[in-house]
This record gives sequence, structure tokens and C-alpha cells, in this order.
Amino acid sequence: MLSLDELKKGQKAIIKSFSNDLLSTRLIEMGCLPGETVVLSKKAPLGCPYAIQVAGYELSLRKDEASTIEVELVA
Amino acid sequence: MGNPNAGKTSLFNGLTGLNQKTGNYSGVTVERFEGNSYFTHNQQKIHLSVLDLPGIYSVFPKSADEVIACKTLLNPEEKIDVVLVVLDSTSLKRNLLLATQLIDLRYKTVVALNMMDEAQKQGIEIDVKGLSEALDVEVVPVDSRGMQGFDKLKTALLNARVSNSIFHNLNSEFVLAHKNYKGFIQQNALGANPDKQAENSDKIYRFNVINYLINRFVKSPEQLSQRERSTSIDAFLTHRVFGYLFLVLILFLVFQFIFFISEAPMNWIEQLFITLGDYISTSLPKGQLNDLLVKGVLTGVSGVMMFIPQIAFLFLFIGFLEDSGYMARASFIMDKVMRPFGLNGKSVIPLISGTACAVPSIMATRSISNVKERLITIFILPLISCSARLPVYTLIVSVMYPANHFLGVFNARGLVLFLLYMLGFVVTLLTAYVLKRLIKTREASFFVMELPVYRWPQLKNIGIMVYNRVKVFVNEAGKIILAISIVLWFLSSHGAGKEYKQLEARQVALESLAASDSTAAHELQKTETAKLEKSFIGVMGHLIEPAIKPLGFDWKIGIALITSFAAREVFVGTMATIYESGDSGNTSGIRNRLQNEKNENGSLKYTPAVCWSLLIFYAFALQCMSTIAVVKRETQSWKWVLIQLAFMSALAYLSAFGTYQLLS
Repeated sequence: MLSLDELKKGQKAIIKSFSNDLLSTRLIEMGCLPGETVVLSKKAPLGCPYAIQVAGYELSLRKDEASTIEVELVA
Repeated sequence: MGNPNAGKTSLFNGLTGLNQKTGNYSGVTVERFEGNSYFTHNQQKIHLSVLDLPGIYSVFPKSADEVIACKTLLNPEEKIDVVLVVLDSTSLKRNLLLATQLIDLRYKTVVALNMMDEAQKQGIEIDVKGLSEALDVEVVPVDSRGMQGFDKLKTALLNARVSNSIFHNLNSEFVLAHKNYKGFIQQNALGANPDKQAENSDKIYRFNVINYLINRFVKSPEQLSQRERSTSIDAFLTHRVFGYLFLVLILFLVFQFIFFISEAPMNWIEQLFITLGDYISTSLPKGQLNDLLVKGVLTGVSGVMMFIPQIAFLFLFIGFLEDSGYMARASFIMDKVMRPFGLNGKSVIPLISGTACAVPSIMATRSISNVKERLITIFILPLISCSARLPVYTLIVSVMYPANHFLGVFNARGLVLFLLYMLGFVVTLLTAYVLKRLIKTREASFFVMELPVYRWPQLKNIGIMVYNRVKVFVNEAGKIILAISIVLWFLSSHGAGKEYKQLEARQVALESLAASDSTAAHELQKTETAKLEKSFIGVMGHLIEPAIKPLGFDWKIGIALITSFAAREVFVGTMATIYESGDSGNTSGIRNRLQNEKNENGSLKYTPAVCWSLLIFYAFALQCMSTIAVVKRETQSWKWVLIQLAFMSALAYLSAFGTYQLLS
């Protein structure tokens, strides 16, 4: 299993589960549900934070926050 | 109510115009926006009172703003008639979560589909009628920026109804345990021990329903064109080189506007008050009342008004940056730089504008949503060397070095000024670093945020915001500034004892002669100096002398320290009065006086040690009543004001002490 921060820019993946309870409540209400497809769209120039395309909009989050999201790569 | 970036505020502005009142929720720093909407409907005059709540993603709050939004929603004392949910039509899936939760709270509800024009441009088709039937409430497409659909929205608000649809899981043990959804939210979202499992299961259940609604009523194309435009702009604005260059350019512009462009209007305001003061002082009979009005009240009012250009310009910029979507990008590329110091990417703008003036900058921290990061930014801002310190620095540095003195290849005066600015920045960041470790908050620090698509900023929204900010400053911070001005006026123009009364009488006698007789004019100056020494402030200057002696300061500097609590630049004027150099607008006179000032034993008074000690003291001391007033207003407590005042005073005192002892 991969975590979201391990994706390369432009890679597509499906959200599987979350490892941080508190953060998961926020992510879910922002549309990052298990089963949703996400695309890693940006990495900030200094390597953090990241931005992802999800549910039709763009969301930015820090690397350590991305690491709490487990994903499965879509070929 | 609505998600952040759903266009709530522009809809609110569209409904209420300038009929707005900004206040605060009791006990918290969250600002409360209320407005009134007046219109006619079927020949009847209608008055709606509208409340703009902070943006939330769901009725389970995470931050201080969100807790307020949810608590206000459920507070029976608010007497809510209708809940208006504002949805971003381009991102309906995420936005509908909140809509279904609000419907389940069983208020009369109206759904506004905002940014309908944008959705259409992107090729998103929404079956409004179908959605309205499924949600069983009025659904009105609006374009709050183009002011489209407001008439229908107003009609819908008057015809609002409670939906018969239910979107929560009727079999959910969590909801069943609390009788209804409202009870569940009251217990679980706002209670002491929220159950995250229950929260997530509520949301996931809803998203299943929402997916069904989206499939039935919304058609969206594979490629979203608006997104693509934003992506190509972002390729530039978040680029590793151009992104930072652009940010530096923006910061440079902000700096220019606050520092230089504001100067002209500030001079006009100053001139206006000087003229007004002259008029009042000559047209009213001389005496206490005249003096109070001109030197106390007018000085205070002009002190307040002088800040308006800077506040307006800074918020104009911030309005553009926020409204266009750029602020989120600035935050995105600066987050990693600022985070070690407990600051936010959004702290960058206030920090830079702080080199001009801390007052508008502290107000600008409002865009930082994390309470801790905002508090740290407010706390450190006055440590940055602002433009009011410049006259003080300039005077003292010019006492130390002649204009053409060079240290190596550098001009000595320029080098010292540069060092002082750098010192301010370094200490600011160090303080932030320490505070990050000291301040504990219960609020979780998420960075997770939306990167909204780029949009053209709307002048009307920005205008209303600038107007509201200036109004809040004048109404709230202005009162404190005025009060302190009057106290300072009283202390410096009143004294106890026979001697003071005699000087006062002598001054009045000389004043009438001074215009025609130059000896009398000179005597008058001397009398004024003597009078200041015997006034309450003079007595205080003498009183604090033992405390400031270790810094190399005498009672004369002591007096200037007290008067310049009004604003740092007052130091120069007070020193001019104390040293009888007359015209305070002419610094060369006072400079010469200081350079030649001798101690009792004949040695020079203003040695490099004393000068450096003064410079360091002014670099760190919170000598600014306007900053105090605005920190009080923005943190809604005297606690932070006092901590800040104590910290900066101690820092200034100890650093000046160290400097003086080291150099002398």
C-alpha cells in the first residue's frame, strides 16, 4: 500500500483509508472519501506542501498530512 | 452559510450593500457580520436582517471560526427564521454535504446555487428543478458577482419552507441515540467528546446519497476548462523561480504603497488637522478648554485619521490577493519557509507591510485562519522596525556620525539603519520560534485548504471590505488612541506646585510679547522647557531616572520616553522642546544641541554608548498606543496586550542595558 505523499506529480490514485482519525474527519468533509480518485497535481518548490485534484477541485495539504492517506495507484 | 470560497460574502454584500455592521462574537476573536436588506415585494416593504457566518465544510466544526458558525446556527437566541445555504455550483459534490446537513437540522432552508455562470462556462449542466424537488426546498441559481438572480432569491427567502426530505441514515445508531439529527449534532459536534466514528459515518452516508443526486441532476464534462486556465497560471505562479520572483514583486508593491504612496494623503490629513487646530485655537477663547480641544482631542483624532491611508491601501491589496485566489498560492509556496517559526504562508504579507506600519499589518492577520499562527504573527509584528522609528533612528544616527562618514565602503548612517532593520527581523523570527514552543492550543493545526480557481477580483467586494476595516479601526481602536492622547496631553500640560503655576503665568505673559520681541520669544522657549520639566510628565521623567540610568539615559530622555508612548516619532519633538531648540520640524538644530550636550564633568553626553542604547531601546520597545489599541481590538483581550507590552519593554530594557554596559 502506498501513501499519498509517495505519488509522483501527475500520478492518479484511489483513496483507500486514513491513518489519522482527526485529520480524516476534515479530509472526508472536503470530499476525500475512500474510493475517490485523486491526482497529485503540484508539489511546492521546496518539496512541501502538495496539491491534489479531488472531487472536481484542487486541495493543498502538507507532506505529513498526505502521508496519512493510503492510496492505490491507478495504472 | 456555506463552504469557504463559495461566494458567501459577495452574496451577503449583494443582499445588504453598505447596510452592514461588523462586531464580534462575545469572548472570541471571530468577527460577526450583520446586515440589513430592504426591498419591495408585491408592493410590500420587506426588511430582512442577514447574518454572514464563517465558512464551514460541515456542521462538525474543526477551527475556532467553525465552532462559532455551528454554535450560532444552533443558538435559539439568534431566532433564525431561514437558513440560506450558498453552494459553489462548480464544486457541487463537496458543497452539497453541508446543504444536506443543514436541511436535516429542520430549519426553513433556501439553497443558492452560486457561480452558476462559471459552471455553465465549464459545461456543467444542473437540473435545478430536479434538485429542488429532491432536496424539497427552493433552489435558486445566482451569480453573486454579476448580481444575477437576486430577485428570485429574495422571493425564495420569503417563501422558504422546511424540507420533508431526510438525508441522514435513519437506521444510524448514532442518530437514534439522540432522537433526531439536531440532538445528534448538539451532542456530538459541539459536545465535549465528539465521536469521530459517528461523524465519519454520517458524512460517508451522505456522500452516497449525494453521488446519487449528482448522477441524476448534474452533468459535467470530463475536462474542466476553468481548471485548466488556473493550472497554466499556477505553472507560473508556483514555479520555483518565477513564483518567488512574483511574490517578491507583490511584496515590493505592497511596501511601496504603504511606505511611500500613503505619505501624500497622510500629509494632507495632518495638514488639515493643523489648519483646523489653528482655527480653533484662535477662534475660541484661550484656556483649558481650547488647550484640551486642540492639543488633546485634535491630536488624538488626527493620530487616528493618519492611519486611514495605510489601512485602506493594505486592505485594497489584500482584497485583490484574496479575491483573485493568489493568497492561497502565496501560502502554498511560503508554507515551508514560515512553518519552522510557527508562522503561516499568509504571515508574509503582514510581516512585510509591518516595515511600514504595524497597525494595518496587525489588522491584516485576519486572513490567517489558524488561531495560534495568527496570534504569533500579531505578537511579533511590532518588533519589526516600522516607519515611525525612522525619525528616531535618523536623529540619533545623525548625532553619532556626520553625513559623509564611511565605514569601509559603506556610508555609516546607512549601514547603521540597515543593521537596525536586520536586527528587527532577526529578533522577530527568533521570538516567533520561541512562541511556537510556548503557546499551546487545543486547535489542531491543519494546512489542508482549497486552492480556489483564479477569478477576477470584484471591486465592489473589496471596496466594502476596505470600508468595513477602516470603520472598525476608527470606531474601536480610535477610542483607545483618543483616550491615551488626552491622558498624555493632561500629564504634559498640567503640574502641581507653586513653581508650575508661576511658570504657567509667565508663559501666558510672554506669549503676547513673543510675536514682536525676539528676546521674549527666546524667554518663552525657555519657560516652556522649564514648564515641561515641572509638569506631571517631567516629574515622572525624574522619577524613572534611577531605573533608566543603567541604560545611559537621564531624566530628559525619560520625559521623551514617556511622551513618545503616544507614537515613537514624538520623541524627536519632545527632545526639541526639552533642549529648547524650538522648531521641531528642523532636526539639524536639535542634532547640534545633542552633539554638544555635556555631562556635569564636561564630557560629551551623547556618546556612542548612549546613542546605541537609545537605538536598541527604540528598536524593541512597544512605544505606540495605536499598536496597543489595535492588538486589543484584534485579540479581543487585554491579556495579550499586556503580555506583549511587558515582553517588549523587558526586551528593550535589557538589550539597551547590555548595549550601554558593553560600550561604555
